[in-house]
Amino acid sequence: MKEELKVVGHNAVRLDILEKVTGAAEYTDDLAFGPNLLHMAVLSSPHAHAKILSIDTSEAEKLPGVHAVLTGKDFPEKFGLYLKDKSIFAVDRVRQVGEQVAGVVASTYEIARNACKRIKVEYEVLPEIHDPYDSIKEDAILIHPDLGNYEIEPWLDAQPGTNIAHLRKIRKGDVEKGFEEADVIVEGEYHIPHVAHTCIETHISVSKFSMDGRLTMWNSTQSPHTQRNIMAHSLGIPHKNVRVIAPPIGGGFGGKAGISMEVMAAAGAKACPGHPVKLRWTREEEFYNSSQRTGLRNKVKMGFKKNGKLVAIKHQMFWDVGASAEYGSNVVNATGFSATGPYYIPNVYIDSYACYTNNPICSAYRGFGYSEFSFGIESTMDRAAKKMGFDPVELRKINAIKEGEGVAYDVPMNPNGLIECIDKVAKEIEWGKEEKSDDPNKIIAKGFASVWKAPAMPANESSSAFIKFSEDGSINVLVSGMDLGQGFLTAMAKIAAEVLGLTLDKVRVELPDTDRNPYEWQTVASHVTWSCGNAVKRAAIDAKNKILDIVQRAHFIDKSQLYLEDNGVKCTTQESFFIPYSDFVITGIQTEHNTWIGGPILGSGMFMPEYTNAMVNPETGLGGHPMVHYTVGAGAVKIEIDKETGRIKVLKMAEAFDLGKAINPDLAKDQIVGGFVQGMGTALWEECIFDEKGKMLNDGFTDYKIPTILDVPRDMNPILVEVPQPDGPYGARGHSEHTMIPVMPAVANAVANGLGVRITDVPVTAEKIVMRMGKPEFMEEKK
Amino acid sequence: MNHTVKFNLNGSPVEVQVKSNEKLLDVLRDKLGVTSPKFGCGVGECGACTVLIDGLSVRSCITFAVEVEGKNVVSLEGLQADGPTKIQKAFIKNNAFQCGFCAPGFVMSATELIEKNPSPTEEEIRHALAGNLCRCTGYKNIVDAMNEVSQENKEEGR
Ligand code: FES
Ligand code: FES
Repeated sequence: MKEELKVVGHNAVRLDILEKVTGAAEYTDDLAFGPNLLHMAVLSSPHAHAKILSIDTSEAEKLPGVHAVLTGKDFPEKFGLYLKDKSIFAVDRVRQVGEQVAGVVASTYEIARNACKRIKVEYEVLPEIHDPYDSIKEDAILIHPDLGNYEIEPWLDAQPGTNIAHLRKIRKGDVEKGFEEADVIVEGEYHIPHVAHTCIETHISVSKFSMDGRLTMWNSTQSPHTQRNIMAHSLGIPHKNVRVIAPPIGGGFGGKAGISMEVMAAAGAKACPGHPVKLRWTREEEFYNSSQRTGLRNKVKMGFKKNGKLVAIKHQMFWDVGASAEYGSNVVNATGFSATGPYYIPNVYIDSYACYTNNPICSAYRGFGYSEFSFGIESTMDRAAKKMGFDPVELRKINAIKEGEGVAYDVPMNPNGLIECIDKVAKEIEWGKEEKSDDPNKIIAKGFASVWKAPAMPANESSSAFIKFSEDGSINVLVSGMDLGQGFLTAMAKIAAEVLGLTLDKVRVELPDTDRNPYEWQTVASHVTWSCGNAVKRAAIDAKNKILDIVQRAHFIDKSQLYLEDNGVKCTTQESFFIPYSDFVITGIQTEHNTWIGGPILGSGMFMPEYTNAMVNPETGLGGHPMVHYTVGAGAVKIEIDKETGRIKVLKMAEAFDLGKAINPDLAKDQIVGGFVQGMGTALWEECIFDEKGKMLNDGFTDYKIPTILDVPRDMNPILVEVPQPDGPYGARGHSEHTMIPVMPAVANAVANGLGVRITDVPVTAEKIVMRMGKPEFMEEKK
Repeated sequence: MNHTVKFNLNGSPVEVQVKSNEKLLDVLRDKLGVTSPKFGCGVGECGACTVLIDGLSVRSCITFAVEVEGKNVVSLEGLQADGPTKIQKAFIKNNAFQCGFCAPGFVMSATELIEKNPSPTEEEIRHALAGNLCRCTGYKNIVDAMNEVSQENKEEGR
C-alpha cells in the first residue's frame, strides 16, 4: 500500500510569513543592545595592490569617544574556510580596493567613521592584476607570495610560486581520440564578469566578549556553526565559550556563507570587553567587502558525432577569485568536477584554475559557479545544434545524462528527470512555434538551456536535529539550518509533522543558536532540505519510537498495531482507541496502580552521507566520489528585442527542476521564480564595473541595476518534476540555486535565434546587441 | 546643532532630540525603537525604509528628522491597531515574501497606493511598487496578492 502523505507535498502558508509581514521579525539590526552598545567602522584601502609601509593611528586614538583602534599587526593570524589566506585587517599589503586596513570602535558610528579618516597609512603601490589571463602569466607579480605556507584542505591543490590557488583537473577517457572520432567540433571562448549578491540587508554582526571570557555573536549569517568553529580556532577559546545566534536574515544567496566581516566585529569586541560592538556594512562596503560572484574566462570545445551524440569535451576555466580564495577555491573545485553540463560525455578534459587577482574577493553565489560555466556549455550546445541541423532541444535530449551513466569523475549518475524537465519546458514555452510582434521594429525569439548542479561540500558535511514535545502535544524542532527565505523552517516542520502525525500548527521551528540547537555544517549548496531533512526525519522517528514504546507498555497493545495520526496515537485493531499527545508526552501515562509510565518525549537524529570521498587523484580527478547527487532542470525564455535600440524585454519564462519530492510545492515554485529573476538581472544588466585601478564604478543600486517589479516577465511558469532521490527525505533533493543557472544562456540563445548575433560575454546588453548586429565576427554560423 | 522635534508617530505624540543632519530612519530605529523601517542602502535607492508622512510614502533614510516637525508619521507598526490589514492578509495568504527584509517597505508603499486608488490595475500596482527592491521573490506573489486586494475592493464597491 502506498502511504499517503498528509503534510509533506501539500501547500501551506510559510511558518515565518506572519512575523515578516507584520514587522515582528527582528533582524540583527533590530535587536536592542542598550546604552552599552559600541559601533565600529573600518578604513578601506584605496589601492588594488600595495605594500603597507606604515600606519599611524595616534590621531584617531585621541578623538573623544574612541574606545579602540585596530590594525593588522594586532591580528597576524590568517583565517578561512578551505584555504587560510585572509587576514582580519590587512597585514603588510593590501590586495584589493576596499580591503580593510584598520577598524575603530567608538561610542557612535559617526565618531568611529571620523576616527578612521584620521588614520594615516603610507602605501607603496605595486603592479596590479585584474584579469585571470594576466594572473597566470609566468612573469606575473605574486599576489600571495606565501601561498605555500597557508593552511589548506587536503583536497585542494594550490600551486605555490604562482597565482593559482587551486587547480582541479578531470581526465576521463581519451579526449584527443574523442575529438578524432567527432564529426563536428564547436569551439568558443566566453566571459562572465563579477556580479554582486545585493541582499537587501547588508552584512551585520554584533559581537560581545563578556567579562567571563565568552564570545557571543549575533550575525546575519548562513553558517552559525561554521562561524563558531572558525572563531573558536582563531581566538583559541573553547567552542562552548563561543555562541553564535542567527536572527532572521535579509537575504543570503551565498554571500553570507562562511565568515567574512564578522571576524572584524569580534576583533572589535575583544578590544572592548563587556560592550556589544556593532559592525554594519554600508551598501558600498557590501559591494566591495562581503564577496562577489567569481568572474570567469573559459574555453569550451565540444565534439559530436553525426547522430548528435557528444563524444568529447575540453573545458578550460580560468576563474577570477579575486584577492582571496578562502571560499572561492571550492567554487573552482566543484565546477571542475561538473563542467560538462548535464550530458553524458565519454571523454572529458577539464582544467579549473583558481586565479588570484586584485579584484574584490569572490566566493559562494547562488549557483556556485554553475551559472558561469553553463553559459559557455549551453551556448555551445545551441551553436552545435545549428551547425549540425538539429533542433537545440532535441540535441539536449539526445545527450541528457541518464541514471547510471558516468558523470565527469566517472561515478554513476543518480536517478533524474532531465528529459521530463526538457519536455515540459519546451511545451510550456511552445518551442518551435514562431511568434511575431505587432511592432515591425521588434522581433520575438525563444532560447533554451538545460542545466545541473550538485551540492559542493566537504565529504563529511553533516546535520543534526532535536525534537521536544510540550504539554499540549506541540513540538519544537531544533535545527541549525537557516531560513534564507527558501522555506527551510516550513520544510523541516512538515517532515517532523508527517512522521509524528501532527498538524502543522503544532510545530515550531526556530532559527539557530549554537548554544541550544544541534550542529549543522552550513545552509549552502541547496542541500539542507536533503541533509537536515534527513536528520529531522530521524529525530522524529526516534521520538515516535519512544511514544510507541510508552503506549505499548501502558496499554499492553503491541507496537505494530499502533500508529500516529491527528496529534495522537491510534490503533489499527481498535477503532475507538485514541490517546492525544497532550495526555502523556510530558506527564506520562497513569497505570491502574496509579504509577506512571513514560516521561518527556525527545527525539534526536543525525545525518552524514557516508559514501562521499573527496580524495581524488589530482591528475585525473578520478577515484573518489566528491558529490552526493545532481539536481537537473531546464529553462527557456521568450523575449522581445527592439532591433533599433537592442533593448530586450523578457515576455515569458518557463523552468522545470527535478527536486525529487517537493516538500512545499508552492514555496518550491517560488524558488524558481525568484531564482529566474535574479538570473535575468545577470543576463541583461548586472555587472560590477571597475576602472583600470580596480575601483568599482557602480557600487550602488542606481548604477548597479537589479530587476524591479516592472522588469520581470508577466508570464512566469515554474514547473516541478519529481523523480525521487533515494537517500533524500521523502525523496527530496535541493533546487533553489539551480533556478538561476539556465537564464544567461537561454537569453543569449534567444538573441542568437532572433538576430543571429552570438553574444559570448554577459550581460547581454542592448549596447552589445546594437554594436554587434550584422558584424560578421559576431554572427552565428549556420548549417 | 541639536533640535527638539515634535511629531505624531503611529498616532501618538512624540518629542525627540535630534541633530540637524540626523535622518528620520536612524531616529525611528535608534531613538524611538521603531524597527520595521529597514536600512537597505541609506541613499534612497531601495525602499526598505519607507514610511508614510501625512499619507505619502517617503524614504526615511533620506529624510531629515527635523523635516517631520508637526507631521503624522506612520510606520508598519502603526497600521495594525486592529490586526493585520487587508493588504497584509493578502501578502500572508500568497507567501508574498521570502527573507522578508523588504516586506515592511512594500506594505507601506502598497498602503499608500490602495488609499489613493482602491482597485488599481496590475500595471498601476507595478508602477506604485517600482521603488521597492526585492532580491528574493521575483515579485510574482506580491503582484498576485495586490491583484487580489484590488479585486476585493472592486467587489466591495470601493
Ligand atoms: S534604505 Fe532608504 S531607500 Fe534604501
Ligand atoms: S523577500 Fe527578501 S528582499 Fe524581498
